[in-house]
Amino acid sequence: MLELEQLNVEEIINSVSTKLSSLKNENKIKDPALIGIRRGGVWIGRRISEQCFPEDRFGELNIAYYRDDFRRIGLHPTVEPSELPFDIEGRDVILFDDILHTGRTIRAAMNEIFDFGRPNSIFLVVLLDRGGRELPISPDISGINMELSDKYHVKIENNNSIEFKVFERLE
Amino acid sequence: MEESDKKKINAQKKQERHFLSINNISKILFNEILERAESFQVQGTREIKKLPLLRGKTVANLFFEPSTRTRTTFELAAKKLSADVINIDIQTSATRKGESLKDTLRTLESMQTDIFIVRHPESGAAKFIAELVGDHVSVINAGDGRHEHPTQAMVDMFTIRKNKRNFSDLIVSIVGDVNHSRVARSEIHALKLVGTKEIRVVGPKTLIPDQIEKLGVRAFFSLDEGLKDADVIIALRLQRERMQSALLPSEKEYYRCFGLTQERLKLAKKDAIVMHPGPINRGIEIESSVADGAQSVILEQVSNGITVRMAVMAILSALKYQK
Repeated sequence: MLELEQLNVEEIINSVSTKLSSLKNENKIKDPALIGIRRGGVWIGRRISEQCFPEDRFGELNIAYYRDDFRRIGLHPTVEPSELPFDIEGRDVILFDDILHTGRTIRAAMNEIFDFGRPNSIFLVVLLDRGGRELPISPDISGINMELSDKYHVKIENNNSIEFKVFERLE
Repeated sequence: MEESDKKKINAQKKQERHFLSINNISKILFNEILERAESFQVQGTREIKKLPLLRGKTVANLFFEPSTRTRTTFELAAKKLSADVINIDIQTSATRKGESLKDTLRTLESMQTDIFIVRHPESGAAKFIAELVGDHVSVINAGDGRHEHPTQAMVDMFTIRKNKRNFSDLIVSIVGDVNHSRVARSEIHALKLVGTKEIRVVGPKTLIPDQIEKLGVRAFFSLDEGLKDADVIIALRLQRERMQSALLPSEKEYYRCFGLTQERLKLAKKDAIVMHPGPINRGIEIESSVADGAQSVILEQVSNGITVRMAVMAILSALKYQK
């Protein structure tokens, strides 16, 4: 797991940003609406998009009320509401999250987005794709792909420098 | 774990499944309701103003006593959480044909109802019903006799918190027919829980319960004294339908002594807010121009009623699944 922890995350952010710029240049994204999934997807998304979409406003999505596991584990403790300071109708949504795993978070996020309106398209941008998908969802852009066993929990920490941290889950 | 401990925990869990009273509510649950309600308030630019939290659930409004405001806010709250809602007006239903309460409940339960909202003229009715229903059902007390009206108290705490800063700096005066008011009883418990600086009850001696000061409130039998320097004034409805003896000389006389008028409102703090749980008797407990005035937050209470009730239902239905 040390391998992941030693990666230079700044570089990965830059590479994602470059890929996103080329999507923009290829004219695949015409009318972008930037949205990050709270919380990891928000600051990562802002960092990634500040170079290629410096002018655009950034929306924040709290998917707590759309999760599929609240009947098992209860309501998520964070209650800050979603804030999309723009219209969704007909836009090309760029959806950011830090880590893509089962795909359930993305499913919840897409459901919530559609309650705001009907976007023209949704692009998914993640920093780390760790495999283990349980739904037919795949990213349009990912910084790094690394298949990790379910027994690990990955976090991105931003102290002095940005780093991946890997923990073994307690059974 | 000892068998008795297990029983205790199970009993507590069973309690948590329902929302019956503010007395004995935990501070954690209390705060969670307020925070959740806050999060439900912002819907902003949403095209579809519904959240999927109670999708596939059924909520039954079980009203043994007439109500417009409480029933409709509960109904709207449930619908905004995507639940299906059935309204059962007991006065016109099968109980009239001789069906017992127990049978009515069993019937509704077998229709896979998940939450019962209960309004009843007898104190303790909601608790009684909570003990009868099966494990998958939650009961919310929407007013039982003179006992409690816990969601209304939560709505009012939410409204005060939105308009004022700290409860520990506030003087709150509850004015009017305290004796017959379940709202007043729930408010007093709630205001105590949040550490309100001073809680006052104000009204004629015949409408203030004996020994109410044991609850930790100050009783005033003069409106002018009771309003002095108050930050929040909660006017109560004169509940004539519950008065079985001659407690008041006349409504005119009552208004003269205890009607909240523009003139009297000046005795309270300049920025005091005026609340009323509704329905309002204009010209009896409150002057029209006060009810509609700049200091009134009565309509805000109504709209907060939806978000706070959403919070209560969302939390109860999630709690059921927690280990």
